[in-house]
Amino acid sequence: MPDTSSNSTAVLIPQVSVPPISLRRRVTDRAMTAVAILTVVLVLLPLFAIFAYLVYKGIGSINLAFLTQTPKPVGEAGGGMANAIVGSMVILAIASVLGVPFGIGAGIFLSEYGRNRYGDIVRFVSDVLNGVPSIVVGIVAYGLVVMRQKHFSALAGGVALAIMMVPTIARTTEQMLLLVPQAIREAAYGLGVSRWRTTLSITLRTATSGVITGVMLAFARVAGETAPLLFTAFGNQFWNWRTDQPTAALSLQIFTYAISPFDEWHRQAWAGALVLIILIVGAVAAVRIAVRHGTLAGA
Amino acid sequence: MGVGITVEHLNAFYGKTQALFDINIAVLANHATALIGPSGCGKSTFIRCLNRMHETIPEARVDGAVRIGDLSVYNGTSATQLRRRVGMVFQKPNPFPTMSIYDNVAAGLKLNGFRKRKQLDEIVHKSLNASALWDEVKDHLHKKSGASLSGGQQQRLCIARALAVQPEVLLMDEPCSALDPISTGKIEELIFQLKEQYTIVIVTHNMQQAARVAEFTGFFLLGKMIEFDKTEKIFTNPSDKRTEDYVTGRFG
Repeated sequence: MPDTSSNSTAVLIPQVSVPPISLRRRVTDRAMTAVAILTVVLVLLPLFAIFAYLVYKGIGSINLAFLTQTPKPVGEAGGGMANAIVGSMVILAIASVLGVPFGIGAGIFLSEYGRNRYGDIVRFVSDVLNGVPSIVVGIVAYGLVVMRQKHFSALAGGVALAIMMVPTIARTTEQMLLLVPQAIREAAYGLGVSRWRTTLSITLRTATSGVITGVMLAFARVAGETAPLLFTAFGNQFWNWRTDQPTAALSLQIFTYAISPFDEWHRQAWAGALVLIILIVGAVAAVRIAVRHGTLAGA
Repeated sequence: MGVGITVEHLNAFYGKTQALFDINIAVLANHATALIGPSGCGKSTFIRCLNRMHETIPEARVDGAVRIGDLSVYNGTSATQLRRRVGMVFQKPNPFPTMSIYDNVAAGLKLNGFRKRKQLDEIVHKSLNASALWDEVKDHLHKKSGASLSGGQQQRLCIARALAVQPEVLLMDEPCSALDPISTGKIEELIFQLKEQYTIVIVTHNMQQAARVAEFTGFFLLGKMIEFDKTEKIFTNPSDKRTEDYVTGRFG
């Protein structure tokens, strides 16, 4: 209710008496806060549940032999996944070296030069590629690399994973670059800095942390992929240091062991899954820390 | 040293909309020239035509002739070459957020391939001195980001950044509109000193500011230059009725 009886000459805004906050509103406030917390718990629960279960099932089989030896033949106890751990790292390194530059390059194109029909086409194709089943990407890499080289290889596996990384990286890079204010680009142009220099040294640099988030997302997503490696990297029971030979990968080894009829192999599959998750979390955390280390105060 | 600017029959467009109509003006070297006028009258578009910033906007175009010193701006000069000689300070302070204070000032030179450490140190020092910021930032040149400074400091950082590439002309697009009176005072003082070495063109909404810092003033209205004369004359005895109406506050 407006109350203009007091001080009406000096005060232009009519005074109103605000009613006290009702019980209903206080209850709603509490309830909504509780719902928000609950949803957070629901989102985090599966993650922790999976991790806890992996630790429970897998930690018992992780020992020095598991981390340093190759698989033993069927029937023999012991052995490990050392070759698969290294193989996964090699394949992921190849995938990153091929996929990250293409992804970031495509993202730069989309954000800085792609505000037109051609850009729309690239965006559409990229979104479609993101939805292509991973096994189909594996077939493509099979056709592109394996058929030509006449044998399975880490390179073929890396190519398959790289193809899967590109659309994710491209679209996140585009979004992150678009968040950089036009004023920052203009500041660089105003200093006589050329357009390509501005894009690389100013725009991309300003968006670095966001771009890295996109890269890590793509990396974490392909790190656990199995289907595209089935007929590209193929897997290997022995050490192999050549990128043009069949190469073991953790996800493949987990797959093979999990569908086997042996209890020992099942336990090793759990251990492999745990190692794989730790490797992914470790890699993402390491990159995050490295990036934070290079950031200035107040940036 | 500063150089003069001559503009002949300049028209500027955004797509099909014409923003500037047949602008003719001669700016004297080593003087400050103020451009005043109501919002949307084309002042900013005009100074953005002087360093070819206008054309960075999609579908924007320009015709006419602009000469800065011996450079023909729209004929045979690359935009990047030109902009190294014509510095610009923008309305909102826009330091590079991920760079240190030092790197912000050195950016123009470094990104153009200048790598001599010792000379860079000296230029950064002198530029920050010239923009009256040195004493406030000298202890954390490399540790703090340009974005961590206050608004007024950021704007002086942007001025230092523009000065570091040693331009002959400095364009200022409402450099004080986002600043408090104390920071504004500092920047006006700065303009006074900078005139000795640079030709300054400043867009401002603040008529007192134009009167304080500039020897010449141009009045823009609806994309046309209505009057261009000595500042004193514009504010005390303008020839055009519309200028008089504007400077006496009857409209705009």
